[in-house]
Amino acid sequence: MSKRTDYLDLDTKDETFLDATELVLNMGPQHPSTHGVLRVILKLDGEKVLGTECVIGYLHRGVEKIAENRTYAMFNPYVDRMDYVAAVSNGLGYCEAVEKLLSVEAPPRAQYLRVILTELCRIASHQVWLGTHALDIGAITPLFYCFRDREEVLKIFEKYCGARLTTHAFRIGGCIYEAYEGFEQDCKKFCDAFLPKLDEYEELLTTNRIWVERTKGVGILNPEDCIALGVTGPVLRASGVKWDLRKAQPYESYKDFDFEIPTGVNGDTYDRYLVRIEEMRQAVRIIRQAVDGLPQGPIMAKVPKVIKPPVGEVYHSIEAPKGELGYFIVSDASTQPYRVRVRPPSFVNLQALDKMVRGLLVADVVAVIGTLDIVLGEVDR
Amino acid sequence: MIEYIKGYLSTGTTPGEAGNLFWATVYILLVITGVSVAVLCMNWLERKILAHMQIRLGPMRVGPHGLLQPFADALKLLIKEDIIPQDADKLVFWSAPVVVTMTAFTTFLVVPFGRTHAVTDMNIGVLFMLGVSSLGVLGIIMAGWSSNSHYPLMGSLRSSAQMVSYEIAMGLAIVSAVLMTSLQTGTGTLSMIGIVEAQASQHTWFIFKFFPLGFLAFAVFAIAMVAETNRAPFDLPEAESELVAGFHTEYSGFRWSLFFLAEYSAMLAVSSIAVTLWLGGWMRPFPTLLGGPAWDMAFSFLPALTFFVLAAGCFLGTIRMPKIPQFRVQTIGLGTFGALLGFVGLVLLVPAVSVRVQDIYWFVVKVAFFMYLYIWYRGTFPRYRFDQLMKVGWKVLLPTGLGVLIATALWGLMPQLSAAITGVLQ
Repeated sequence: MSKRTDYLDLDTKDETFLDATELVLNMGPQHPSTHGVLRVILKLDGEKVLGTECVIGYLHRGVEKIAENRTYAMFNPYVDRMDYVAAVSNGLGYCEAVEKLLSVEAPPRAQYLRVILTELCRIASHQVWLGTHALDIGAITPLFYCFRDREEVLKIFEKYCGARLTTHAFRIGGCIYEAYEGFEQDCKKFCDAFLPKLDEYEELLTTNRIWVERTKGVGILNPEDCIALGVTGPVLRASGVKWDLRKAQPYESYKDFDFEIPTGVNGDTYDRYLVRIEEMRQAVRIIRQAVDGLPQGPIMAKVPKVIKPPVGEVYHSIEAPKGELGYFIVSDASTQPYRVRVRPPSFVNLQALDKMVRGLLVADVVAVIGTLDIVLGEVDR
Repeated sequence: MIEYIKGYLSTGTTPGEAGNLFWATVYILLVITGVSVAVLCMNWLERKILAHMQIRLGPMRVGPHGLLQPFADALKLLIKEDIIPQDADKLVFWSAPVVVTMTAFTTFLVVPFGRTHAVTDMNIGVLFMLGVSSLGVLGIIMAGWSSNSHYPLMGSLRSSAQMVSYEIAMGLAIVSAVLMTSLQTGTGTLSMIGIVEAQASQHTWFIFKFFPLGFLAFAVFAIAMVAETNRAPFDLPEAESELVAGFHTEYSGFRWSLFFLAEYSAMLAVSSIAVTLWLGGWMRPFPTLLGGPAWDMAFSFLPALTFFVLAAGCFLGTIRMPKIPQFRVQTIGLGTFGALLGFVGLVLLVPAVSVRVQDIYWFVVKVAFFMYLYIWYRGTFPRYRFDQLMKVGWKVLLPTGLGVLIATALWGLMPQLSAAITGVLQ
């Protein structure tokens, strides 16, 4: 039997510098920069990483099992709690999957509203990523700038549906809330104010010598590895693969809008940073177009009061801020789903961690965890 | 008694030089108190300045504008449970913070706050300071080792590697400053007071001497000193996001506060070296250009003026306080604090006092500038990675320091060299 090298065998001893014994360092679950309760076991030679193993499940809440005991509509708020920094996207994915199962489509106005809110949510999610990622690398100030501007997005959410974080903004079949008075103006005002702020973040980081040194060439992932590991989202695009579900399998009204898919070249942490920054710019572009073209009409499709989809199964995925977020739902024609399986982007992207950090230093592990942009609520579900 | 004090105050030497043990003790106590107070102020200022850089308010609850926050923190740390990990090497664990604090304070023995305002003047002052301040790394290694835990161990290893490599660049920069005291005059000195006096007699701060050589040496030192004190962007030994808290992860309560005290007093100490060596120590700016009794008179008002401005700030704060009963105590407190500052300003107007504190004032102002830089760095820069840190130390700072040293020597010896060359040619 050939020796496997893709997992961390804590019993074997690898050859280390000067034959010193290697150090097994337990990073997390209580650690400032594992973004929640991720536990990474590091095998180190001095500061050099020989291998890692992720231990997950500290935030496991059995969301998928809960779904089997809730009606379709009742389960809707639960999905917000998975990726809690991008709750709107989660809700969108679930609602669309059930709509696909029911063969209904949300009316145009609802679709536009959904796009606006999801793109706002993408900006908010990327801002949390940027702030925490910069914090991991030691720049403490961008965090506060990002959270200041994220606040504006959350205010729009709050005005729209009353909640800031776990919004539960969409319902199966459309939206339940009509856009409030001044929604369009708020969105436009945010877009106008946000772009200069984005330049401000870039001023702090993009050409910062230390930032560039810390991120360039760190955690390189080539396109083949990305595809083999199933990595999606900005991490995949930074490696040069132009794959975005908004373009590849347009859902909602994304085919109506004109936007670019930013891609990177080297697949390193710096490219992932640039891709996400550019994605925020593109999100602003989409929001502007959607607000300008917001059609009139109903916001809710004809959906029965009691949702009983026909027997069958459906897989629907959307481009969440962190990557492909898929829902696989099996219906047995009862009011409750027979099985719901979530394909969370964070969980899949996290698998790339070991490949990315082998041979790097401890400080890079932190940078790579940050650049993968994981949310443990989504990893553990 | 009063005659004795008066008699002493009129002497022109430090207590160490005069061999006066009583006054030396008084000075040591004054320095320790002063440094501790400075650390408290620094604690508050760092939080406030950093907060305002980060669009926050910082501490606002404990006392008006959080002025009592450092005291509340100190009290909290003192009454906290003192935890020693079970597997720790107790003796070493116990002594590590003591070593760190002691070395940080000992360096202040030779810091000249003024011609007579130093505990002593050693003829090897700079060497003493460099030697003692580098002992601090011993305490950090002890802390990391004795904690018997992975994160502190890695923090202390990083710290020792970092301090050792940056000390060399720092030493080279210092040597080039020392060289400047001897070149052209022929009599060099390692004494801290001597170096400032050399700058006075050469009518220039060494940062401007042999431009840009003096400035380069200063820059090398200014970067190395940030690394030496483990502050951002070189704060790897306590890199929060990587090593939790680095070498003092296992420390809590009073012992932790000793590390805190040591870190900040080390920052003050290295800033004092920089000020002494390159920024003219206790000298006021432009002593010759803006010389004469009139300018002296004008400059002697500055310490008082500073306190008046601070007091005015406090009074402005009281005016801007919300006019509701809940804020009455805070408003009164801020007003009292302002009045206190104003009173200090008035005392500083007394000619006998103002003459005496002139030099201390300028020294403190220059050190404060460095302290502000420390905070500014922390708000601006990401953290270096370990190998990059070593690269900066060995591949950038060390060659620069060495080059500046050689260039300084050549520049200083220019007259002799050219004379020798013309002699050979003839």
